[in-house]
Amino acid sequence: MRIAFASGKGGTGKTTVAVNVAYILQQCGADVQLLDCDVEEPNAHLFLPHRIERTIPATVKRPVAAEDRCTGCGVCADYCEFNAITVFKNTVIVFPELCHSCGVCVWFCPEKIITETERPIGVMEGGTARGIRFLQGRLNIGEVMAPAMIRQVKGMAQAAAITLIDCPPGNSCSLIEAVRDTDLVILVSEPTPFGLYDLSLTIASLKELGLPAGVVVNRCDIGNDELYLFCRRENIPILAEIPHDRRIAESYSRGGLISEDLPDYQGLFASLWQNALALIEGKNGHPPAVRGGRAA
Amino acid sequence: MKIAVTAQNHGWTELLDSRFGRAVCFVIVDGETKEWQAVENQQNRQATQGAGIQAARTIIDAGAEVLVSGNVGPKAFRVLQAASVRMFRTDPAAQKTVADAVTAWERGELAEIRAATVESHTARSTELEKAS
Repeated sequence: MRIAFASGKGGTGKTTVAVNVAYILQQCGADVQLLDCDVEEPNAHLFLPHRIERTIPATVKRPVAAEDRCTGCGVCADYCEFNAITVFKNTVIVFPELCHSCGVCVWFCPEKIITETERPIGVMEGGTARGIRFLQGRLNIGEVMAPAMIRQVKGMAQAAAITLIDCPPGNSCSLIEAVRDTDLVILVSEPTPFGLYDLSLTIASLKELGLPAGVVVNRCDIGNDELYLFCRRENIPILAEIPHDRRIAESYSRGGLISEDLPDYQGLFASLWQNALALIEGKNGHPPAVRGGRAA
Repeated sequence: MKIAVTAQNHGWTELLDSRFGRAVCFVIVDGETKEWQAVENQQNRQATQGAGIQAARTIIDAGAEVLVSGNVGPKAFRVLQAASVRMFRTDPAAQKTVADAVTAWERGELAEIRAATVESHTARSTELEKAS
């Protein structure tokens, strides 16, 4: 079972919810694995002190042209959707940072002088944190190929009964890559206009992907009720509500786990998980709300 | 010698476009005869990335040896430099039209661009080298 934690808006508590769910599942003896796919700034490790047991380089392919045999026809540049390769006379210039490694230049070069070489984009770090198997992607600073990194982190994941995926914020390619092939997306939001606006964009993306979703309302006692009205209208179930509690902020600031530091919250995360399972199974009057969108 | 000038429309008296990669069009002027010919840049304007790279290729293919524009980004600069295209910067306060820009260039009034004048709009270059 693969469950993603996403949000749209950043800073709503994706990681907080993901690590606490991982913790209570592990406490119950579940075989759980956490993938930190927020590869531009992985931070789940701050809450799950762990030892890195394996470091695997992440690379993408980039083209290399044998210029001495280039006729300057420019087919590679014409076909490159990303303007990552350009040709004039018989000079070939590659911009690896723009290349999406699609291989179209290699395929179409009439002289067959373009080959591919590996370009490092970051590292994947795996280990165990309090019985939770942990894997994170760490993209190099200045690198933009986050989706390629996320794909590799998901590909490197071990088989586990439950895989939890901490997603990047936003609704761009990175988010799509992180939620792809999951059974449920848990959207952590806050009841503010900003939280709602970004949530509505994420819900629209998930509909396109045909993925079921449920919402966790964090800092539920601030803001207004627009988020709740939206969820009712869209038939998106609320899985849990986390209050705006100073003790949570204090625990978080120390890098603590709420469900460990504040045992009175264990029930909240357990019930969140039960509601998530019910949503996946389509039980308890919660039909998978977002499912049925157009096939991607 | 052909001079490429970034412009907002096709013509000798049209307004300059301060952008290079996403300029509306390039007016390619023959330095001796002052005959001009406009090259559209529509496709690059809509590119999600690398507009400057393609724009550079466009003016190189048009035979330009000099570019006169408001700004040149790092990737376009790299391509133009590799193709030995000399780049000159217009002053929006002094030159308004293609004609103004060409005249100012002829009089040697325009500063030569020796490094990118603006930051990259997309990816930072993490690997600066020519494909080999």
